[in-house]
Amino acid sequence: MDAGPVEILISAILVVGGFFALVGSWGLARMPTLMTRLHGPTKVTTLGVGSCLIASMIYFPAMQGTFSAHELLITLFLFLTAPITANMIAKAHLHRQKRGLDAEPMDGIADSLPESGVGTGWATFAGRLTEPSDPPR
Amino acid sequence: MIKKLLPHPALTVTLIVVWMLLANQITLGGFVLGVIIGIILPILTSPFWPDRPRVRFGPATWFYLALVLWDIVTASFQIALIVLFRRSKDLRPAWLVVPLDVRSPEAITMLAGTISMTPGTVSCDVSACGRALLVHALDTPDPEAEVARIKRRYEARLKRIFV
Repeated sequence: MDAGPVEILISAILVVGGFFALVGSWGLARMPTLMTRLHGPTKVTTLGVGSCLIASMIYFPAMQGTFSAHELLITLFLFLTAPITANMIAKAHLHRQKRGLDAEPMDGIADSLPESGVGTGWATFAGRLTEPSDPPR
Repeated sequence: MIKKLLPHPALTVTLIVVWMLLANQITLGGFVLGVIIGIILPILTSPFWPDRPRVRFGPATWFYLALVLWDIVTASFQIALIVLFRRSKDLRPAWLVVPLDVRSPEAITMLAGTISMTPGTVSCDVSACGRALLVHALDTPDPEAEVARIKRRYEARLKRIFV
């Protein structure tokens, strides 16, 4: 079967997307601390998934003559959920580090986390840090 | 009357568009169902939105979306380069504190989401009073310049969208 220019374009986009997804996952595996690990999946993998969605959006109208809008929705939901997931992981990490639940200190959270500088503390620790004797569960 | 029926017009339009996209075909029946959902849901959820944000849909909004999309693409290349070629001990991670000028929770949420999706930064926390963001940067030689960049590039534009 001949590969038309559209097929080559779609394949190229898929390969690029796969490459970025791989790099994002590799970043998750090789970075030294949890906070630095968060950066790969939030950004690079987004582009990887986005490339696959773009390829799909070209493939269906060009090859099968049908239009599918689900890719746009996937992009929308991805953009909504990725920052929130990263935020929840970061907050859980802040808690575990501040209360000494993790064996090794990471990211300078326990000793050198900057103050907010606006009068009140960070919301994650609001009403929590006053009781450092809280037993770990 | 119209205010009571459509307490949140932007949400109504969003719901109709998302519903049509989910159905994946343009039919009259689908549109009618979308309109019904788009009218009922904002009324049911209006107690959750006591202070509705006033959002300006203009060129500034579309420009902001395009800017963020572009930054996500460039961010991916930057992070990919760091992941592939930078040794772990040469990384310069830092905590940044971004003092906020925007006040509405929706604008702060947008800013935090933008920070998480764009070059080398993940927003982690907000101060209890909502006047500062805690941001982690993967690799910054100059934390203060990074904070200034976030304020100039994103927050200044968001201030013009959320009035």
